Amino acid sequence: MTSTNDPADLDSLELGLLLEGLHRRHGFDLRDYSRASLSRRIERFKQQEGIASTLGLLERALREGDLWERLLRELTIHTTSMFRDPTFFLAFREKVVPLIRTYPFIRIWVAGCSTGEELYSTAIILHEEGLLDRCRLYATDLNEEVVSQAKTGVFPVSSMKESTGSYQAAGGQRPFSEYYTVRDELAILSPALSRTTIFAAHNLVSDASFNEFQMIFIRNVMIYFNRSLQDRVLRLVHGSLCRLGFVCLGRRESMRFSPHEECYEEFVPGEKLYRKVRE
Amino acid sequence: MASLVVIGCSLGGLDALRVLLAAMPAEFPWPIAIVQHRGKNDDRLLVPLLQEVCALPVGEVEDKQPIALGHIFVAPADYHLLVEPAGFALSIDPPVSYSRPSIDVLFESAAASRRTGAVGVILTGTGEDGAAGAAAIKRRGGLVLVQDPSTATAGAMPGAAIAAAPVDRVLQLEAIAPALAELAREGRLPEALRDDPGPK
Repeated sequence: MTSTNDPADLDSLELGLLLEGLHRRHGFDLRDYSRASLSRRIERFKQQEGIASTLGLLERALREGDLWERLLRELTIHTTSMFRDPTFFLAFREKVVPLIRTYPFIRIWVAGCSTGEELYSTAIILHEEGLLDRCRLYATDLNEEVVSQAKTGVFPVSSMKESTGSYQAAGGQRPFSEYYTVRDELAILSPALSRTTIFAAHNLVSDASFNEFQMIFIRNVMIYFNRSLQDRVLRLVHGSLCRLGFVCLGRRESMRFSPHEECYEEFVPGEKLYRKVRE
Repeated sequence: MASLVVIGCSLGGLDALRVLLAAMPAEFPWPIAIVQHRGKNDDRLLVPLLQEVCALPVGEVEDKQPIALGHIFVAPADYHLLVEPAGFALSIDPPVSYSRPSIDVLFESAAASRRTGAVGVILTGTGEDGAAGAAAIKRRGGLVLVQDPSTATAGAMPGAAIAAAPVDRVLQLEAIAPALAELAREGRLPEALRDDPGPK
């Protein structure tokens, strides 16, 4: 065994003990999450809760269920915005939709759906292209509470201005306000948009594949994981995708250096829209 | 601790970066990471505009990219850029100091992972992003250089850094590249500038 006096090593040791404890006590394995973002979120949580040290946080998270619920949400949520990267959704509409239109039935997995922004953006395009009824969407996140929130399709009305601009930049032609009603500062998306969606808790770190899909959205989810966990999740994605199926990553994510790199071609260069061309 | 230069700028930053990077010697050994505030869908022009004046290779960061020596890394639009021991990480966490990418996020993660090896540079800009980050670098024993607010296009941001942290030097824009080159030639922080990291 080696010992240390270096404060950087001690911070890292404390963080490791916290993650180990949370895994053993609650069964959520955050040990292969990207440490820099995790550290920021833990510091913010400690401030909010008035907890002085990481080990003090561990002690309370082991014993207090409600504090653990709040911590899990703080550490794992990754709220995005509707039609984030409009050119990606434009490419989806113009390049992918004509192909999947020929399929009799389309299964789409929105992995790490968080509060649902990506899901509803996709559903709106499928609806406008007349494909939504032929699709089965699976929206999953590791946190059940977040999945329930996604299912409601409720967003702050203040976010609708940005969503509208992004929708238009993504090739949307209708008044975006057709898709929601407003009540008490909340925008409630039309329930018809999630009519063909199954919402479920699924943990990319520990759960297995549960179906075979023609398309998987996993954009800006794996940025919160370290390289080894990214490889594991990409294996799960690869095994869940049918031949000639599509995988969508975030704008600054890539298949490069992944275990299955040679099985994919970049279907729309620059948009991180990959197609599986080999098993 | 291996050295890393982190640079933050906002309004007027493009012009300032072009002056600074044009004067960086081709043999500058340390990696440089840059946060320039910009629009969320604005991802085409910044890197070419910097590369055209700079002898070192410039690129926009991809998630988990290794931090190669002698390279210049630019934070992508609408992502936070963070430093980890193994490489860069990105996040889409909410804006910090009204900004994503945020200078504070880059600087604080650089301070945590590089400690005395972190060298922060705050250039022109409005707002206060970077002030908390500069303070974090100083707490961990790194070095902070700031563009002179009185001659910066926008003096608020460098001024806020000076108010928040015991910065090491306040310099004219043209003097920053030579100061970085001199630090790198010495291979470490000069004795006179090295602070005791002290208790955390």
